[in-house]
Amino acid sequence: MAAEPHPGVAEPNHARRFTAIWLIASVIATPLVVFLLGPELPPGHGSEQASGHVTDNTVLLAMATPVLLLVLVYLIYAVINFRQPPGGMLEGPAIRGDARIQTTWIVITSALVLSLAAYGTVRLLADNGAGSGSGPTPLTVPKGHKLQVQVIAQQWAFTYRYPEYGGVETTHLELPVNQMVEMHVTSLDVIHSFWAYQLGVKADANPGVDNVLFVKPTKEETFEVHCSELCGIWHGYMFDHGHVVSPQAFETWIHQQETTMAPAKKVLPPYAHTYSPEPTRRAG
Amino acid sequence: MSTTAAAASTPRPVGRPRWRRLLGFNLLSAVILGIAGYYLGWFIGHRISTTKSFEFFSATDENDIALLLAYIFGVVGFLIGLGFANYPVSRMLGRPASLREKEQHGIGRYFGLCTDHKVVGIQYLVGIGLFFFIGGLNAMLIRTELLKSSPTFVGPNQYLSLVGMHGTMMMGMMTSGILGPFANYFVPIMIGARRMAFPRIEALTFWLLMAAGFILTSTIFFGGFPTGWTGYEPLNDQAVMGMDSYIVFFALVGISMCLLGLNMMATIITMRAPGLTWSRLPIFVWSVFATSVLMVLAAPMLVATLAMAALDRSIDTSFFVTGGGGSSYLFENLFWFFGHPEVYILAVPGFGIVLELIPVFTRKPLWGYRLAVSGMLGVTLLSFFVWQHHLFVSGINADLRPFYMLSTEIISIPTGFIFLCVMGTLWKARTSFSTPMLFCLGWAFNFLIGGLSGVFLSDTPSDTDTHGSFFVMAHFHYTIMGGLIFTFFAAIYYWVPKMTGLRFNERLSKIHFWSMFLAFNSTFMPLFVLGMEGMPRRVSFYEPKLHTLNVWVSISAFVLGLSMLVFLANTVYSLIFVRIKAESNPWRSKSLEWQVPTPVPVNNFEQIPIFDSDPYDYGTPVAIGGGQPAAVGA
Ligand code: HEM
Ligand SMILES: [Cu+2]
Ligand SMILES: [Cu+2]
Repeated sequence: MAAEPHPGVAEPNHARRFTAIWLIASVIATPLVVFLLGPELPPGHGSEQASGHVTDNTVLLAMATPVLLLVLVYLIYAVINFRQPPGGMLEGPAIRGDARIQTTWIVITSALVLSLAAYGTVRLLADNGAGSGSGPTPLTVPKGHKLQVQVIAQQWAFTYRYPEYGGVETTHLELPVNQMVEMHVTSLDVIHSFWAYQLGVKADANPGVDNVLFVKPTKEETFEVHCSELCGIWHGYMFDHGHVVSPQAFETWIHQQETTMAPAKKVLPPYAHTYSPEPTRRAG
Repeated sequence: MSTTAAAASTPRPVGRPRWRRLLGFNLLSAVILGIAGYYLGWFIGHRISTTKSFEFFSATDENDIALLLAYIFGVVGFLIGLGFANYPVSRMLGRPASLREKEQHGIGRYFGLCTDHKVVGIQYLVGIGLFFFIGGLNAMLIRTELLKSSPTFVGPNQYLSLVGMHGTMMMGMMTSGILGPFANYFVPIMIGARRMAFPRIEALTFWLLMAAGFILTSTIFFGGFPTGWTGYEPLNDQAVMGMDSYIVFFALVGISMCLLGLNMMATIITMRAPGLTWSRLPIFVWSVFATSVLMVLAAPMLVATLAMAALDRSIDTSFFVTGGGGSSYLFENLFWFFGHPEVYILAVPGFGIVLELIPVFTRKPLWGYRLAVSGMLGVTLLSFFVWQHHLFVSGINADLRPFYMLSTEIISIPTGFIFLCVMGTLWKARTSFSTPMLFCLGWAFNFLIGGLSGVFLSDTPSDTDTHGSFFVMAHFHYTIMGGLIFTFFAAIYYWVPKMTGLRFNERLSKIHFWSMFLAFNSTFMPLFVLGMEGMPRRVSFYEPKLHTLNVWVSISAFVLGLSMLVFLANTVYSLIFVRIKAESNPWRSKSLEWQVPTPVPVNNFEQIPIFDSDPYDYGTPVAIGGGQPAAVGA
């Protein structure tokens, strides 16, 4: 960069020194982040989608680390080195810009940003929505058999229907392990959001909307279900646990549900993607 | 404040006895007419429709029509009482306009309709400051509740109302946090004008905002509202009457915002002094201009949306009610079409402050002036193309998500320009670390964290985990509290000596900065972890495993609250008790506002100045061959 305008004083080459510090810091920190922090990142490995998110988060973090360090190291470097001496009235050099640096910055940030967007798009489509609610007709659909499960949100509980098992409605969620599941999320009143944390799944439940997502659980475990969209005063209590179990255990459970829930099923409306209840409003 | 103190000592022309001054158009009549209007509206509302009852709680005397009319009539009465109708009415009657609002002296003008942009600026600073503290108090109550993993201190309904009031108050009031006080005060001076383009509108924006703040606070008498600051339908439609306070508040804020933006745009476009070309405009004025564009284009959307919500609630239209042919998506779409530009309305003035202040404290010209301008204009343009990133998991237009992911990530390119300009200006600088400079550096750190956490939210797969969790909370507090509020304080420490002629206590100012900076990070950094661990927003009931971290956050938040008290103490001590006169240009700034006398004369300039260079004439010229005179630079 610029030659110092004070002839007598020998200044170190700040540009070179700063670049070296930043490079060393990045070379040390980025692998640490990827290999130490990466595996610990949420939401864990409860499903193929969740594992995908761990990878995504690791990639994003690996890209963000050098950028973070660039600005941070720079700020610290500048604060330490470029100071006004106490009581001093010195002026700095009147540098008003640098075309080369500006162009380089624009090119590099653009390249970073575009590759992030491309990566995100590929991951989103390749993973069939990556566990997120993808609307009534998702762009990509996994091949093979998918277990159909409907998630019905209402103030203030989730219930679940299994159309392949006669449309039985249960009060909590069990899923067989290693089976692709197609979830249809809808609501009977206000907006809710179905969030199964360990499965890396989230989809808003809007009244009159069928919001579809795909998830393949890979680990037999208990997972948390939260509502993650404000839905009224008991929103915070709209939380429950679900289970991923072996296929045999699932079959036993679901048949048991079919018997115990048989009386309730008689008054249920037939299975549909959306239900149109009476609007709950303060009509006078 | 010395402006007023000096003015008060000049003999006032003898005239009406003091008690007669109580009659007429002033704050007192405004309050009286406001209350009268309120009850008139309430009465008419009950004539139109009798009590409507609410399904879930069957609260009695729920009548939205009455409350909405009461608020509207109340605001109209309040404005008439202040004297806003005088000018149009006398002109319509063919009489010469009253000059009452042109009153030039006395502390009284701070408590009524005044068209001096410097008075309005100070009114804004104090008024907004007041509501900022109310909002902050709400945050303290929220954090008190979160000390325990299940509700103990307030019920779930009050908890949601607190969250809603805090968020809405902050979002509504702080949108004008920098434009209101500082742009109103300094933009005319910086561009060499004697006043704003529309001085009465300028005063109107302030008083609308005050009426709005009062209305939002009054929600506690009507049962609060359960929707948070986003007001999603159809929960909005279901809620008790306190929801109407939210609707009227935000609509008034929208109107105020839109008018403020129009006024700023008109002033900056038409009233620049000779020689002040666009490429010489101070960067702060550019940021105000960009923000104004956002305000003018985004705010009407908010007002229209809320009008629909109010109609749904009062006369049972069905814009947003699924059963009646409406759609809950429609509200989300409209709200965020306003809501995303809104977050840049909060961020861009902060950019302006930082870029304006850093050259002064580094004794260098702004590095990359044109890059900074294009950064702010780029953000302005792009911010209208990203709103559906708030709806990634909602299922709305799911096929368009790659587009919104792209546009959201692209917006970080112009934001990056701002960082580059800050970094460039710091290069080989002669930085002195006065309090305003410390706040600017605090901004740089906080906004960096805020911006990089945004990368995770803009990535749709990753957003699946973080959406609606405390991660989002941490992200936007880093950008708003860490971004906007830090620059708000930078501006206060930098400009209040000009506005009042008095100096802040340096030691207390430094204590304020350091306690605020450390407590802020210690409060909000752990929220990223809480979000990633799966804690949803807006709940007073969370998993016990997250308890320890929440206690840590709450205690840090209380320290953050204390740091605000340090600021308050500093203000009271320095500006009211000690009253040490500030030097006329304590920061040795070269921009125009520091060259006019303190207190600034009513007409700002004897003679309109003529500009022959930009205001960043710092630094010693660089030796030939060094520094590479830039093609892109100024
Ligand atoms: C004094 C420091 C502050 C603290 C301790 C604080 C704390 C909080 C807390 C605890 C919540 C609610 C958490 C929940 O979802 O349950 C919240 C929400 C929020 N805060 Fe703050 N906050 C502070 C300052 C600010 C500022 C300065 C702004 C903006 C100018 C702001 C804007 C918001 C918004 C928009 C929400 C979301 C409300 C909603 O969910 O609808 N906060 N804050
Ligand atoms: Cu909920
Ligand atoms: Cu946004």
